[in-house]
Amino acid sequence: MSAPALPAVLLDNPRLDQWVSFRADGKAVVSTGRVEIGQGVLTAMIQIAADELDIKPERIVLQSGDTARTPNEGFTAGSQSIQFGGVALRLACAEIKLIYLERVAALRRLPLADLAVKDGAIVCRGVPTGDDYWTLSGAVDLTGRATGRAAPKTAAEYGYVGRSSLRVDLAAKVFGQEAFIHDMALDGMLHARVVRQPGCTASIVAVDEAAIRRAAKEPIEIVRSGNFLAIVGGSEAAVETAAAKAAAHVTWDGVEPVSALRQEARSLLQQPSIDRVIGSPLPDAPPRGRTYEATFSRPYLAHASIAPSCALALYRDRRLQVWTHSQGVYPLRKSLAQMLKLDPSAIAVKHVQGAGCYGHNGADDAAADAAVIAVLKPGSPIRVRWRREEEFAFEPISPAMVVNVRATLDDAGRPVDWTTEIWSGTHNARPGLGNLLAAEALPDPPPPPEPADVPEANGGGATRNGEPLYAIAAKRIVHHLVPQIPVRTSALRGLGATANVFAIECFIDELAEQAGADPVAYRLSLLADVRARGVIEHVARMCDWRRRRAAGPGLGIGFARYKNRAAYAAVVARVEVAEEIRLTRVWCAADAGLVVNPDGAINQLEGGILQAASWVLKEQVRFDSSGVLARDWDNYPVLRFSDAPEVTVELVNPATDEPPLGAGEATAGPTTAAIGNAVAHALGARLRDLPLTRERVMAALLSDAKF
Amino acid sequence: MPIPTFDLTVNGKPVSVAIDEETPLLDVLRNRLDLKGTRFGCGLEQCGTCMVLIDGAPEKSCTKPIWSVAGKAVVTIEGLGTPAKPHALQQAFLDEQAGQCGYCLTGILIAASALLARNASPTRADIAAALDGNICRCGTHNRIIRAVQRAAALIRETRS
Repeated sequence: MSAPALPAVLLDNPRLDQWVSFRADGKAVVSTGRVEIGQGVLTAMIQIAADELDIKPERIVLQSGDTARTPNEGFTAGSQSIQFGGVALRLACAEIKLIYLERVAALRRLPLADLAVKDGAIVCRGVPTGDDYWTLSGAVDLTGRATGRAAPKTAAEYGYVGRSSLRVDLAAKVFGQEAFIHDMALDGMLHARVVRQPGCTASIVAVDEAAIRRAAKEPIEIVRSGNFLAIVGGSEAAVETAAAKAAAHVTWDGVEPVSALRQEARSLLQQPSIDRVIGSPLPDAPPRGRTYEATFSRPYLAHASIAPSCALALYRDRRLQVWTHSQGVYPLRKSLAQMLKLDPSAIAVKHVQGAGCYGHNGADDAAADAAVIAVLKPGSPIRVRWRREEEFAFEPISPAMVVNVRATLDDAGRPVDWTTEIWSGTHNARPGLGNLLAAEALPDPPPPPEPADVPEANGGGATRNGEPLYAIAAKRIVHHLVPQIPVRTSALRGLGATANVFAIECFIDELAEQAGADPVAYRLSLLADVRARGVIEHVARMCDWRRRRAAGPGLGIGFARYKNRAAYAAVVARVEVAEEIRLTRVWCAADAGLVVNPDGAINQLEGGILQAASWVLKEQVRFDSSGVLARDWDNYPVLRFSDAPEVTVELVNPATDEPPLGAGEATAGPTTAAIGNAVAHALGARLRDLPLTRERVMAALLSDAKF
Repeated sequence: MPIPTFDLTVNGKPVSVAIDEETPLLDVLRNRLDLKGTRFGCGLEQCGTCMVLIDGAPEKSCTKPIWSVAGKAVVTIEGLGTPAKPHALQQAFLDEQAGQCGYCLTGILIAASALLARNASPTRADIAAALDGNICRCGTHNRIIRAVQRAAALIRETRS
């Protein structure tokens, strides 16, 4: 029998001892390249490894995201940790267990079929053989390549997978322990802040060092290389105070002003773009039948992590150690090596938890800052913590998008030809594709990155979920990648899926309205995928959809399968609209295949719902001539506790043998659409531009034009 | 100029710090007293991650100069409870798994402890209002509200 095709993660990291090693003290060291970003992945990986190795979770010492110790799994992103990383770990653990059992079978001349593992001890028909992982570890060779020849357990055989498990990282946070990178301290550590270059074209004309030193009130050091300028000192308060005032004491040349006109998504339509068509070819002549179209938009958005980015670095004996909350320690190491002209093997990058990032925020740039300063000051551990305004102004933000949807309808009002046309900046400036800020300020800066977005093979960037899952004869995406964007843009939870699902699912409601059909019934009439139908029918039951009436509170639905290949989610939102929109209740049904930690998955799905609600109702990054305008929470309002609706999330068939499907980003798009549709239902008018502000509601109320 | 000294109590223990009078309390807690549980979020009194109790009232510590808390009693997250002896709120947050990244939890636990000290049976709206000065970016709001209600019930049970 041939072994099943191995997942790419295992092909990239084939040595079994990269994944698991056993210690004489009865512990198993399990390694994952995925990192904890608040999504509970460490807990889930422990559940997976405990089940496949047949050991108690308490025996597992988990290593994550460390170039010196863990597999290279690229980025912890795209809701792929369990779907790909977890599946790889599961296969590796199953094979390692089999190798131990084969060893004991050979040593003791026992039938392999009679052997099993019980909390690390190898038993024969339930009787201990005297062998276990811990004492045998020196005699078993795990340096071989994974083959995938050991079948992992079925869902029915799992003991830990499929049961809600307490988060291993939560207690430290509840008791205020040193849980975050921000809390790390090293002997002799110096604090540092960077005086940011106002755009990659800017160069320093003059620095009034004396004024900066006076502001600090305590001795500080001013470090400079090219246009990279930093303040360093032993007192964090002094460095912080000086940094807050330093910008006024530096004169720059070559600063390119940003046009505030370009803060609106629809300005993208006037920009040059790189164009392509994905899916069905564009028809030579318009297809026969009635056509309908609508255009939607979403503004620039901030990750707005609750903690500003932080990193530590130490350069000693020509070796650089970096501690970071980056989502990708290996790609970051590669970019640091290029920037510093060091060999990657001289750099070790280790992940330490930060606050939730929801994508590519300032983490990598802060790590680059710390690394540059560390190399300039060998022997001194350097801690960089960005200031709040720095995080808002200099993190990569999520690009605005315009999405035009058009369809040709058959006589029953169902689409037979569908085009999603998308205008957007890139959703990827991560290390490897984009430049680190520090690199642009150092002498000999790299050229601007080539315009590119996330390829469709990786789920797409702006095109993510641009194709509806509905059964339509011809479907295509027309993608306009707008390369000239006034600020740096990169990945935010869901990437293009949020705007695309908003547009597609609002449009589907508009088509249902035209066909005189109920939105749920209309969707079901277009869906062949049983699991897609399942989540829609499930959420309709949860919210008692059949009681929905023309009058009363607005009730709207949104559905998507994330990336058309990860988890399915259907969301219903209930709103009350006076002058402002009040989101009062949300229901969600999700099918994520086999769910490792049901409570953890529900937490993530609900988190995606509330974050999307915040985007829809409150958020937009605006610009002035110096770039991002809002640099604090008063000017970038987000959802507060009083705004939060009650939410119910239910998992559909979570104890299945279907493979696990990434769920962390699955609800953002459907929630955005559900709120949009609920508001249209309540208002009797369609708002197609996000955010759904009071001004837009008032304009719709005052307008006679309905739809 | 001599460096001034400020006396206060932190988590019940008298503390004396010689430091520039404008130094924020948060900086003193984290960098002088090695109490890292109080988190820096914005330095602008907007997000609530840096909350501590000052004479029993929940306050943001990130811009509060050390001179202004001289002679006062400060309680930080470390003083609220410990793994061996958790505050009812800390137990309830673990029971409800009320956290994602967890960076906001310090401030939320402090604000909630002040709420429960004055209102033994808060409604959902009471809790939301008490926590509106604290940002949770992960969307854990509902779990946090449930955890505060659970802690309130736990405290009521213990007292009755």
